[in-house]
Amino acid sequence: MNWLSQNTDLVFDLTLTHLRLSIPPILLSLVLAIAIGYLAHRQRFARGPVLTLTGLLYAVPSLPLFIMIPVVFGTPLRSGSTMIIALTIYGVALLVRSAADAFGSVDRSVHETANAVGFSPWARFWRVELPLAGPVLLAGLRVVAVSTVSLVTVGAVIGIQSLGTLFTDGFQRGIQAEIFTGVILTILVGYLLDTACVWTGRLLMPWTRPRPRTNSRAPLHVPADVAGGAR
Amino acid sequence: MIEFRDVSKRYPDGTVAVESFSFVVPSHETVVFVGSSGSGKTTLLRMVNRMVDPTSGTVLIDDQDVQQVDKVQLRRSIGYVLQGVGLLPHRTILDNVATVPMLRGVSRAHARKDALGLLDRVGLDRALATRYPSQLSGGQQQRVGVARALAADPNILLMDEPFGAVDPIVRAELQVELRRLQSELGKTTVFVTHDVDEAFKIGDRVVILSAGGRIEQADTPERIVAHPANDFVADFIGARSARRTLRVQDVDGREVVVDGDGRPVGMLAT
Ligand SMILES: Nc1ncnc2c1ncn2[C@@H]1O[C@H](COP(=O)(O)OP(=O)(O)O)[C@@H](O)[C@H]1O
Ligand SMILES: [Mg+2]
Repeated sequence: MNWLSQNTDLVFDLTLTHLRLSIPPILLSLVLAIAIGYLAHRQRFARGPVLTLTGLLYAVPSLPLFIMIPVVFGTPLRSGSTMIIALTIYGVALLVRSAADAFGSVDRSVHETANAVGFSPWARFWRVELPLAGPVLLAGLRVVAVSTVSLVTVGAVIGIQSLGTLFTDGFQRGIQAEIFTGVILTILVGYLLDTACVWTGRLLMPWTRPRPRTNSRAPLHVPADVAGGAR
Repeated sequence: MIEFRDVSKRYPDGTVAVESFSFVVPSHETVVFVGSSGSGKTTLLRMVNRMVDPTSGTVLIDDQDVQQVDKVQLRRSIGYVLQGVGLLPHRTILDNVATVPMLRGVSRAHARKDALGLLDRVGLDRALATRYPSQLSGGQQQRVGVARALAADPNILLMDEPFGAVDPIVRAELQVELRRLQSELGKTTVFVTHDVDEAFKIGDRVVILSAGGRIEQADTPERIVAHPANDFVADFIGARSARRTLRVQDVDGREVVVDGDGRPVGMLAT
């Protein structure tokens, strides 16, 4: 661990860079997957083709993708933007099916209730369907989060800095401690983001929080005047 | 006042749920539509808040054709208790009750404060306010459904078998409390049930329906019992059954009412 103590600044910088490359594609793929997944959920005929096509994006090998993106989006090859776009594409590929399933998991009767009490379609989406799709979306998002953190390291091969740089550099110079540091920190960053997803979920979806088992069938409280009138 | 003017509904699969139904629900009265399952009660009820649009005919509220009112606005102005409660599982009891006022633009704090008052009104402990629907019993959920329907202080209340899913004791309790609420609030109410006893307990007027939303008889409960319009009605209300053929028996000088089997029901009031 002598290596680590002499390179804390480098490791710290690379960890921050790694986070900077991971978080935007995770959030972007969530937003895009919600939009595409909702469309696939609502338009029955679109569901099959949309899910298959977006799913296949995951099969596109990463190196050709890194070369395609600058051509299509005009980003420099060795840039964070190229990396973020590539990872967003993979994230969307992983998450669209979960998103469509998440909306499908919302009970039809809840949908009907929302209409019956006067939610507009827009309000119904934001305040009923999206929150209730939350738990299934969250499960999908956790997979995307850790997968993205891991995929960021691949950029090191084409010279985009991240914790992956520690492996490429460590291999070239034969420094095992450097390779280990890279691997362990990548896993830790993955764990960190996964945990962040879980806590954000608990915060935003209080009804899914595990609750202490109090007696859920508390006796009916009948005010005295009502009881008088009722009996 | 709600007026059904010659309404029919044919669903896309060809089912004719309602055929040429005409009826007027007077303001501040409770009218019960009663009929067996599939007779078109839910379809009729949903024509009022445009959850179902009739294939022909018109529904008018205070002489205005509901087709000319924006669906979303219309629904926010009508209290609706759904068959099977239909609370939003991700909102607390308080927020479920506050839903409609908030959709109508009332501030959250204000809507919640009113919602607490409504919990009292329907006989629910305020301690339940922060729970989620899955943590309540069936009867409690039904009360929340009623509180939600009342929250926007609508002129019209639609209730679709609201007490269908609770046990008979709780059900009887809820029926009594609904009567009390009705006498306090005087909403124009359409209540749907397949239970004729419930219809007689709750309705100022009862409409007995057969398949296709056909009106077999529409009258006050007592007149229906006194003069069933036809055999269908007589059968439906069990006019010839033991529990409806009561007589008075002298028991040690006191007048006891007994049913057709001679079982005591009560005493004649003096
Ligand atoms: N969305 C629908 N599509 C096709 N048929 C329907 C639909 N809703 C109800 N029906 C049919 O219309 C008839 C009346 O239904 P409904 O109004 O729900 O009756 P009730 O509430 O009295 O049980 C039934 O035969 C039912 O199967
Ligand atoms: Mg029904």
